[in-house]
Amino acid sequence: MKTKWLALVFVLCGLFVLGACANSAGSTEDPEDYPSKKITYSIPFDPGGQSDVEARRQQPYLEEALGQSVVIQYKPGGGGSVGWTELVDKDPDGYFLSGMNIPHIILQPLSNDDTGYETEDIVPVAIVQATPIGIAVSKDSDINSLADLVEKAKANPGSVTAAGSGTYSGHHLAFLQLQDLAGVEMQYIPFDGAAPSVQAFLGGNTEVLFANSSDLVKYAKDMKILAIGSEETFKPLPDVPTIKAEGYDMTAGIDRGVAVPPGTDPAIIAKLEKAFLDILDEPGVMDEMYAEGFEPKKMGHDAAVEYIATKKEQYSRILEEVKGN
Amino acid sequence: MLEFLPDIISSLTNPINLLLMCAGVIAGIIVGALPGLTATMALALLLPFTFTMQADTSLITLGGLYIGGIYGGCISAILINTPGTPSAIATTFDGYPMTKKGKATQALIAAAVSSGIGGVIGGLALLFLTPLLATLALRFGPPEYFWIAMLGLTMIATLSSGSMLKGLMGGAVGLLISTIGISPVGGESRYTFGFSPLQAGLELIVILIAFFCIPEVIGMIESKIKQKKNKEVKKERGVARKLFFYIIKRPILVIRSSIIGIITGIIPGAGGNVAALLSYDAAVRFSKDKKEFGKGKVDGVVASEASNNAEVGGSLVPLLSLGIPGAPPAAIILGALMMQGIRPGPDLLEEHSGLVYTFLVAFIVANVVMLIFGLMGSRYVGKVISLPVYYLAPSIVFLTIVGSYAIRNNFLDVALMIGFGLLAYVMKKVGFNPAPIVLGLILGPIAERGLAQSMLMAKASGNTFELFFTRPISVVLIALCILSIVGPLLSTIFRSKSKIDEEIQG
Repeated sequence: MKTKWLALVFVLCGLFVLGACANSAGSTEDPEDYPSKKITYSIPFDPGGQSDVEARRQQPYLEEALGQSVVIQYKPGGGGSVGWTELVDKDPDGYFLSGMNIPHIILQPLSNDDTGYETEDIVPVAIVQATPIGIAVSKDSDINSLADLVEKAKANPGSVTAAGSGTYSGHHLAFLQLQDLAGVEMQYIPFDGAAPSVQAFLGGNTEVLFANSSDLVKYAKDMKILAIGSEETFKPLPDVPTIKAEGYDMTAGIDRGVAVPPGTDPAIIAKLEKAFLDILDEPGVMDEMYAEGFEPKKMGHDAAVEYIATKKEQYSRILEEVKGN
Repeated sequence: MLEFLPDIISSLTNPINLLLMCAGVIAGIIVGALPGLTATMALALLLPFTFTMQADTSLITLGGLYIGGIYGGCISAILINTPGTPSAIATTFDGYPMTKKGKATQALIAAAVSSGIGGVIGGLALLFLTPLLATLALRFGPPEYFWIAMLGLTMIATLSSGSMLKGLMGGAVGLLISTIGISPVGGESRYTFGFSPLQAGLELIVILIAFFCIPEVIGMIESKIKQKKNKEVKKERGVARKLFFYIIKRPILVIRSSIIGIITGIIPGAGGNVAALLSYDAAVRFSKDKKEFGKGKVDGVVASEASNNAEVGGSLVPLLSLGIPGAPPAAIILGALMMQGIRPGPDLLEEHSGLVYTFLVAFIVANVVMLIFGLMGSRYVGKVISLPVYYLAPSIVFLTIVGSYAIRNNFLDVALMIGFGLLAYVMKKVGFNPAPIVLGLILGPIAERGLAQSMLMAKASGNTFELFFTRPISVVLIALCILSIVGPLLSTIFRSKSKIDEEIQG
């Protein structure tokens, strides 16, 4: 029996040690001295994804600009919600940053009541890049333009299938928005992320694909890209018209940036904002982003707060319509 | 390919590349052997260091690490019944019983040899069959995923050891807990009880540790209290050579396991764990002495290890040919390529043929390196379990806690591991085998996603029957399902009949 208790004590000791590691107390320091120790940059997704690639690109520039080491850590789960729930509970001392994706941080609290954070709790530092969402069909499809697609969907309500990432993801919302604007009905098939949806589409399982620009650039030769959700012509795909130019007043994309917990000192936010935005001016960085199919964006704290608010209003409206039906 | 031979040779004879390959393999084996630290994590940690390397050096190092990591998982699976990586789950079925019989070294050597052979076969397939296999990968759509999950679930029959009813109940529990979190189709939260951290669902590795390791550790302490001594590792000469020939003499077992591994690998979404389970199941079904499996039969270890290492090669097929990673570690290699300014995609093989072929040849060499290190290490690593229980048990508990936390940097996982671990102990006491539960947990999401997506596709096309029952790969999978369910029933009926005949005649 004694040994059993010993084992239990051992387990508990282990727990306390780890608990202590997790809650290293935040110090109160003058924002002027910030940063005076290492900064944790949390990625709410698995390593190797687009958010990770972006963080890895930023890391050396950040370390140079801030004069402190920046440690990247992963907190995947729930499409990012686990990482963002952690972020809003962290000390607002500027030593814990997290990657931030729009529309994820807007759609998750809107679609599930038990999401562990509110959109407003996530304080954006900057938005640095985006992947506009494009609409594509197979290379040998009889559809040649967005107008063709709409026509086909009108003639056969509910029978045109479209692949994209999960329900209430950016892809799904773009799909719903297009359906609404064009007055058609199609069938959305959600996949577990962008890569599986591309694979299912390439295998001929769906007729249409909603995909990030980075994937479209990669597979440009294997599919017909009908339109893209950027504001203006997307540089890496100069021949593809925007959805707007095709007559539907909408933009669609995933924006990526970085955020801090609520209550962070404005001086700290300003310092971080400058460090992140300056990276875009480093020689070669923008070209690298374009080559990978990203659209560089330079949006500071204030602009980002406003942007998120506008998007939230727009998405709430679309979701209300869908859920109202 | 031959025109790239000079490139390949110059890259592979570069001492730095060779050194880093060996370092990668060794680091991979160590990380893989620690429960909770996976090949994916090791690759992610190494990724920033590869940024400054040459493209070929970076890929060779990462490839070595990946191979070592998948192999390393078998060490803890064999020694302490804890799969170091999910791929090694089927290795526990016979590997740990071997250890209990004092044959840990044999199990480790068998694992090293079969991993090496499986890995080389996977590498050769990757080198020569990539374009062919890529087309096959694209043939797997939602209905095929559904049927492959169904085929996997029929394995409950093989894995329930003892009571089929308890096996089915365990499988159902596994399927049920796999639904915790945000649903893959529909997006609503399920079984979170308003507790937001549960939105991410249960992490497979945490549950693996809980169900396989914790009951064993408690059992270890119990047997210590009852003054039972742990079996010493028996010393035997020439084991490696004997086992090597034992495995070589069973080419069908090794080749079948490798083929299952490669095919499972090319299907994105089904990883080494599914590969090893399917191949173990096949080994049991085709074997003449089925009863021996689960009690420490070398063939079980061989089937599992050959297939999960062949899967590594398979998982790189869709990455190199389509730019789609076939498994989570392959996703990190994709990240590494992007950081080198190489865009993986359908054109990779054409635009960077020299680099790709160098990587592929290095990949095969790294498997041989792994085999050598594995054989050398087996002699010493096996000694770990002869440590007294009062050192061994606490160290294992410590490792499991660190591992559970590290996998997602999440404290909740430690609590879940302890909670499910105690539950697993109680369930084992009343005769539930953990394997069907974990099987349900692994296959549940694949089955659910496949079914829901297929139903949506059927809704659009208006023909459910055609979608589920007429696609060629689906038909093959359905036939395998039926065989798998009906086969054992028929043989039981046949056997009992002949018994009755004998009785009548006698």
